[in-house]
Amino acid sequence: MIKQDIEILDEISPGTDWKNQDDLLEKHILDSLKIVQLVGALNDEFDISITPVDLVPENFKNAEAVSALVERLSDE
Amino acid sequence: MKNIIEMLERSAAVSPEKTVFRDDSADVTYAGFLDTVRSVGTYIAKTGIYKAPVAVMLGRSVRTLGAMFGVLCSGNFYTVIDPDTPAERIKTVFSVLKPAAVIADGHSESLAGTGFKGRVIEYAEAAECTEENGILSEIRSRAIDTDLAYVLFTSGSTGVPKGAAVSHRSVLTYIKWYAETFEIDRGTVFGSQTPFYFSMSVSDVFSTVYAGAELNIIPKTLFSFPMKLLEFLNERRVNTIYWVPSALGIIANWRALDYCGLKYIKKVLFAGEVCPVKQLNYWMEKIPDAVFANLFGPTETTDICTYYIVDRKFDGGETLPIGRHCGNCDVFVLKEDGTEAREGEEGELYARGSFLAAGYYNNPEKTAAAFVQNPLNNCYPETVYRTGDIVRYNEKGELMYVSRADSQIKHMGYRIELGEIESAASALGGVSSCAAVYDRSEQKIVLIYSGGKDREEIMPGLSERLPEYMLPQKVYKIKEMPLNQNGKIDRRLLAGSYKQVCAGIRRNGG
Repeated sequence: MIKQDIEILDEISPGTDWKNQDDLLEKHILDSLKIVQLVGALNDEFDISITPVDLVPENFKNAEAVSALVERLSDE
Repeated sequence: MKNIIEMLERSAAVSPEKTVFRDDSADVTYAGFLDTVRSVGTYIAKTGIYKAPVAVMLGRSVRTLGAMFGVLCSGNFYTVIDPDTPAERIKTVFSVLKPAAVIADGHSESLAGTGFKGRVIEYAEAAECTEENGILSEIRSRAIDTDLAYVLFTSGSTGVPKGAAVSHRSVLTYIKWYAETFEIDRGTVFGSQTPFYFSMSVSDVFSTVYAGAELNIIPKTLFSFPMKLLEFLNERRVNTIYWVPSALGIIANWRALDYCGLKYIKKVLFAGEVCPVKQLNYWMEKIPDAVFANLFGPTETTDICTYYIVDRKFDGGETLPIGRHCGNCDVFVLKEDGTEAREGEEGELYARGSFLAAGYYNNPEKTAAAFVQNPLNNCYPETVYRTGDIVRYNEKGELMYVSRADSQIKHMGYRIELGEIESAASALGGVSSCAAVYDRSEQKIVLIYSGGKDREEIMPGLSERLPEYMLPQKVYKIKEMPLNQNGKIDRRLLAGSYKQVCAGIRRNGG
C-alpha cells in the first residue's frame, strides 16, 4: 500500500524523498493545492471517499499517516 | 489626500481603539498601529534613507504591515519579499531593486546567500524607536502623490522579474473606487488570503485603512484544512473576502459548506485567474444573499481595471465576464490593425488613468514596451498600458477574457512567465534544452527537457531558483525536443499533446 501511495505522492510533487519525511506539512511539501490533488488521486486509485472531516493535519503529516487513512477508509 | 499615511491618520482619529489588523499572535488598534508606523518611520528617516527602495522580509504577519506603512511614513517605498523565497531569486530581485535597506528580524536567515551588503534594520528595534514629529512632518510636507509607494515584482519572461512601480496616487485613486464600489466601511471585517507581495493584497489592506475596517490575516496552513478555515472565518466574524478562485475552489471542491455554514459572509470578491462557474455556483447556492464579483486587472493597474458584479445565473459551460471599466479608470480594445474592436471581435485590452503604475523599476526597455502613448491620441502625451490580454465584448457590452498574447499564465492566481521557468531550468547543469507548458485542464505546469541530468535532480535544482508557486508539477525527460519548421522548440505541439509526445520516449529514457 505504501509503495502505491508514494507513486501517487510522486506524481503530485516530483522528486521528493517521501519515505524519509516525518512532517510533510511543516516542511511545506504538501500545501493546499497538493492536498486537493492528492486526495483526488487517492479517491480514484483506491475507490474511497475522503471527506472534509478526514482532512486534518494528523492524517497528512507523513506517508505512513496517509497510508493509514487510506487503509481505514478502504475497510469502511 | 496625497499620501497613503493620511488614510491611516484619518481612521485613527475617528476610531483609535478599534482593531485594524489581526494575525495569529497580534491584535492591533488603529492608534497602536499608527504609533508603531511612526516609530518605524522615524527610525528609517534617521538613517538618512529617503525616496529609496526598502525591502521588507518579515513573513505573513502584522509586523510586515507595520514595516510597509513605516517605510511609507519615512518617505521611502517598499518591496515585500517572502522570506521563504530562494536566495537566487532574491538576488535577482535585488539586482533590479538595489534596496537601500532591508527590514528583517533577528531570526531571519533568508538574507544569507543573497550577497546583500547594505543596511539591515531589525524590525523590533525600529518599532521601539521614539517618534520624532519634526522629522516626519518635514518629510510629509515635501511629499507629492506621484511619489512611489511600492515596487511589486512579477514574473519576467527572460528570467528577470519586473518590478511594477506604483505611486501613492495610484493607490489612493484605486482604493477610493474599490471601497465605494464594494461598500467597504467601518463594519467590514476582511479575511485576507493573498500574500502581501501579491497585488490583490493592496485592495484589502489599503481599503481597510481607508474605511476604518478590520483585516484578519488568515494563516496559510488553514487552506489545507477547509473545516478549520471555515471555523476561523466564523470565529473572527469575517464578512468580506477577496480571494483567488483557487482558494474559493478548495472550499467548493470539498463541498465544505455542506458541513459548516459561513454565518457572517456578505461579500465574496475574487480575482487573479478565471473562476470556474461550477465553483462559483456552489458558493452562490450556499450563500444566496451575498454579493459576488469578478475583478480583473494586472499589477500594472494597481490591482484591477475591470470588474463584473454577478447579476445572473451561469451554466457550467459558460465563462464569467470580466465586465466593465472601473471608476476613474478607462479601458479600450484594439485589434491587430490598430482600430477599436466591435462586439464579438477580439483584440488587446489597454488601460488608461490614474490606476496605472509609473512603469517598471529600473527597466526602461520593458517600460517602453508596455507603457505606451495612447495609439488613439496623437495630440498630447498620454500613457496607456498594454495588458497583453486578448478580450472581446459580448452582446451585453461586457468584456470577456479570451487568452494571453504571450506565454504568460495564471496558476493558483499567480502570474507566471513560462520563460522564467525555462531560464531557471536551463541554468541547471545537464539540461541542454527545455520547454515549460501549462496544462489548463489539469492546472499543472509541465517541464519537458532533454540532456544528461536525471529527472530526480530537476526539482531540487529548481527549488533553489524559483518560488514554490512557479515549480512544475510534472517533469518529463525526453531524448530530443520536438522542433517546428523554424527549428525552434515546438511549444504549441507540446502544450497540446505533451503526454503523447513524451509517452513513447518516457519508457526508454526515464
